[in-house]
Amino acid sequence: MSVFNQPRKRVIQAIILGMVVLIITRLFFLQIVEKKYAKLADANAVLRKVVYPSRGIIYDRQNRAILSNDVLYDLVVTPASAKNIDTAYLCKILNIDKEEFRKRIINAIVRNGRVRQSVFAALLPAEVFGQLQESMYLFQPGFELVPRQIRSYPYAAAANILGYIGEISPERLKDTTYSSYNSGDYLGLAGLERTYEAVLMGTRGIQYLVKDNLNRPQGAYENGEFDSAAIAGKNLRLSLDIELQQFGEKLMKGKMGSIVAIDPQTGGILAMVSAPTFDPNLLTGSYRSTNSVLLNRDTTKPTFNRAIQATYPPGSTFKPMIALVGLDEGVITPSFGYPCGGAYYGCSRPIKCEHHDAGHAANLRLALSHSCNSYFSHVYRLCVDASKFGGIRAGGLQKWSDYMNSFGFGHRIGVDVPSEARGIVPTPAFYDKMYKGSWNSCTSVFLGIGQGELTLTPLQMANAMCIVANRGSYYIPHFVKSIDNDDTHLLDKYKEKHVVAHISDTAYSAVIHGMTDVVESGTGRVAQIEGITIGGKTGTAENYGIVDGKRTKLKNHAAFVAFAPAENARIAVAVIVENSGFGARYAAPIASLMMEKYLKDSISTKRQALMKTVMETVTLDPAMVAKSKLDSLNNSAIIKKNGTK
Amino acid sequence: MNRSQAKLTQGIDWPIVGLYLALVIIGIMSIFAAEYRGDDNVWQNIIHLNKNYSRQMMWFGISLVLASVIWLTDSKFFTATSNLLYAGGLLLLLLVLGIGKDVKGSHSWLVIGGFQFQPAELTKLCTNLALAKYLSSQETDFTKLRSRLIAAAIALIPAGIIILQDETGLALVYFSFFLVMFREGLPGILLVIAFSGIVLVLSALLVDKYVLFTIFSVITALVIYFMRREIKRKRSRLLVIIGVYAFCSVFVMFVVPFAFTKVLKDYQVRRIEVMLGKENDPKATYNTRQSMIAIGSGGFWGKGYLKGTQTRFDFVPEQSTDFIFCTVGEDFGFLGSVIFLGLYVALLFRIIFVAERQRSTYSRVYAYGVASIIFFHLAINISMTIGLAPVIGIPLPLVSYGGSSLMTFTMLIFIMLRLDADRQMVLR
Repeated sequence: MSVFNQPRKRVIQAIILGMVVLIITRLFFLQIVEKKYAKLADANAVLRKVVYPSRGIIYDRQNRAILSNDVLYDLVVTPASAKNIDTAYLCKILNIDKEEFRKRIINAIVRNGRVRQSVFAALLPAEVFGQLQESMYLFQPGFELVPRQIRSYPYAAAANILGYIGEISPERLKDTTYSSYNSGDYLGLAGLERTYEAVLMGTRGIQYLVKDNLNRPQGAYENGEFDSAAIAGKNLRLSLDIELQQFGEKLMKGKMGSIVAIDPQTGGILAMVSAPTFDPNLLTGSYRSTNSVLLNRDTTKPTFNRAIQATYPPGSTFKPMIALVGLDEGVITPSFGYPCGGAYYGCSRPIKCEHHDAGHAANLRLALSHSCNSYFSHVYRLCVDASKFGGIRAGGLQKWSDYMNSFGFGHRIGVDVPSEARGIVPTPAFYDKMYKGSWNSCTSVFLGIGQGELTLTPLQMANAMCIVANRGSYYIPHFVKSIDNDDTHLLDKYKEKHVVAHISDTAYSAVIHGMTDVVESGTGRVAQIEGITIGGKTGTAENYGIVDGKRTKLKNHAAFVAFAPAENARIAVAVIVENSGFGARYAAPIASLMMEKYLKDSISTKRQALMKTVMETVTLDPAMVAKSKLDSLNNSAIIKKNGTK
Repeated sequence: MNRSQAKLTQGIDWPIVGLYLALVIIGIMSIFAAEYRGDDNVWQNIIHLNKNYSRQMMWFGISLVLASVIWLTDSKFFTATSNLLYAGGLLLLLLVLGIGKDVKGSHSWLVIGGFQFQPAELTKLCTNLALAKYLSSQETDFTKLRSRLIAAAIALIPAGIIILQDETGLALVYFSFFLVMFREGLPGILLVIAFSGIVLVLSALLVDKYVLFTIFSVITALVIYFMRREIKRKRSRLLVIIGVYAFCSVFVMFVVPFAFTKVLKDYQVRRIEVMLGKENDPKATYNTRQSMIAIGSGGFWGKGYLKGTQTRFDFVPEQSTDFIFCTVGEDFGFLGSVIFLGLYVALLFRIIFVAERQRSTYSRVYAYGVASIIFFHLAINISMTIGLAPVIGIPLPLVSYGGSSLMTFTMLIFIMLRLDADRQMVLR
């Protein structure tokens, strides 16, 4: 057998030799015949220049550029070549002393070694750059000016949404997911800049330039045969309306809280305000790290995106959702009424209602428009205690929390900016732990009026309004409508329609009628806009905080949720104004003004006065404002901008 | 003392051990050259295992322990557990599909206590054992089609799973087992067909499909015209000619375009097109171009050890793993590269020599398997660094940085040495 196959050994040996000869021939041409490779590698003959791509621009829904790219320069040093230069002169330009100079050189060596470039002075201010550029020839080749792109924000709005870019950290550089970055490169660190880093960043290019004996570039090497072009990052087009966003930020000035406005037909976010906020221009350029520390330390926490990171008990704004569950479960019908006489007495402790006149909760529509606490406490208990689930602990609460999950509560919805909070939807396990197994529908009855353990983010509240307005479906709320020349699948999940449970159309009609009544004749009349039917719901969330180690009742949060026009909604809004009392007072006007601005493009003369009052109202705790440096910081950004222009 | 030592290493093939050690040490030196910066504290880096070269030294140590364990194992252990190991390997591959970790776009890594491990490397060994087991079993008659299909399945099932893990490069390695099967009697015509297939694919990619179709039609017409006498004598010949013609046409007109739009990943298509010079994508050409500059700048004598400017300043990406040959090419030049390749050729020829002196089919098939795997890795890896092949991420055997790869090749070689030492026994 072995003898029979003998020649095959020769064939295999021939294949191996053939391949190796092929490789050696190629090597012979590469290494000996061709001279241009050797020249390319010779730093004295050919200058290798990295070309940074321009980062993608972000546009709003009307194709206005929300941010633009500016160029600042880094002074970089190659320690091994930084010899025999006028150190004193360089120090004078940079305004540092010799000791600092030495420290920075040593720092550079420690970080990147002697023969590689390190940043010596980052993002030089314009006047320093000017001086340095003139006398740069004195410090070459050890020092070099490298352009860096930084962002600037003409509208000075939407800071928390857009995020910011900054130098890559040494920890990230070691991570293989960031292997295409080099030390000194910039990347998105928060907001949309971070989520869409992969499309915004673009691809670096490389240029080979022939140098003369004085190290000056003289033109392309081999007609650019070896160059590769930089590819610009892709542009993002948002559903955000930057004017609406600015308007929302003005309305929320002097208050703490947030506004979320969504287009229910696409899930595109129209505005997302978190107040107090800051000027995004603070986190760009030479002063980024200083400002970043100040902002993070500030008492008003401006970098905390309240619209997605803060969670609140929704209060009465939650009642439409309870009504939907009740209708769907068949425990009530739209004509179901409850004889409320000013309080709910179903459980041992009475729950107060704002109304006590007979018949204010004679049917669902009336109960919603009067926001009757008794009615919804009762409906909640009917739902969870329904005998078909075998009672609240056997399955009633589980079923209820399943409904809540399908409404988008209790989990991250998946918006395209990072750090979204989950909120809390109590489950049987949650109460088992909290009450050590001893609880019933009375223990949790506050869930019926949006109080108690349930908490939602403003984003989740606004999304719930999309569900009501769309009669049972929603798209995951998102900012980015499209990416230019998109070849990713990043946006796929935002194009998918989510259908909620299978609640009937009549149930939605009943709830929507109740909500239009809220604005027509109920608790939310202040939200009326001429010529537009609005569905809305006021809410006042009781607010408990820990003061001096004790659970204390603090001033209530005002909430308002709405959508308009009711018959074919184009905008759904949720507004929370912290510590400002009853929902109709501030939250409802803010929501209404936002809707008017979006639907009618301007505020009618009749309502200008209301707009002015809202903008000028301050509900922030004066003690907190006194300690905050936010206003002076924001003003400094404005001065800086005007100063440089 | 002396006698027991002689006994312990009795039958070991020293030339292979020597070549093995030489290549691993060159590997560590090259990784060192790729990473070393003028003022590194080398000893500290070695102790803290925070550089690739220091970790590769650790892997080398572990590999030597593995080699010793294998050397002390009974040869029969490998024949007895071949199928079991193969099944275990397949299970591991499926496990990775489920709980694997994504590293650089491929879903083929397991993370165990901070170390990443790529089972696709290890299954090469399992597959080689299983193939040897199957071909050496008494029931197998390799002249039968059935046996050939089973052997092909043994080699290609792991490749299929690995493709699902997005490691197409490593999956391609499994095709090297066809070289083993050729040695064991697979008709040579298959190699010719495979070669023609490659030419067909290349021409389908380079030439417009309608032009190719016209060329095929003309060739077929000419062949039929010149062979008209033979065809008259034997009608079936016409069928064969028409059949080949139809196959080639369908392949060029439909199969290749389909594969390129539907089966292959975008980046793979781009790499192939870049290699063929059809597209000039900066991202895809960057690696190859930098690698060619590094190697080309080495000249005849090279720049000298640790004197390379390209490899040491991070211009070449992946330089301690897939592009390690750049360091050799730049620092040691053409002369060094030829000597380096010479070491591989010596190793491969020695393995073939060892293979041919086996009495057991099992050991012979196994040894040829080792040679084929090493050869395939070598050919693809070096070709890609000098722009002869698209950038397929497979390591250079024994030299590239990587624990999974070094240990796998160590085990492959030392199991072969063990089997060779016991070549007087009949192993199945």
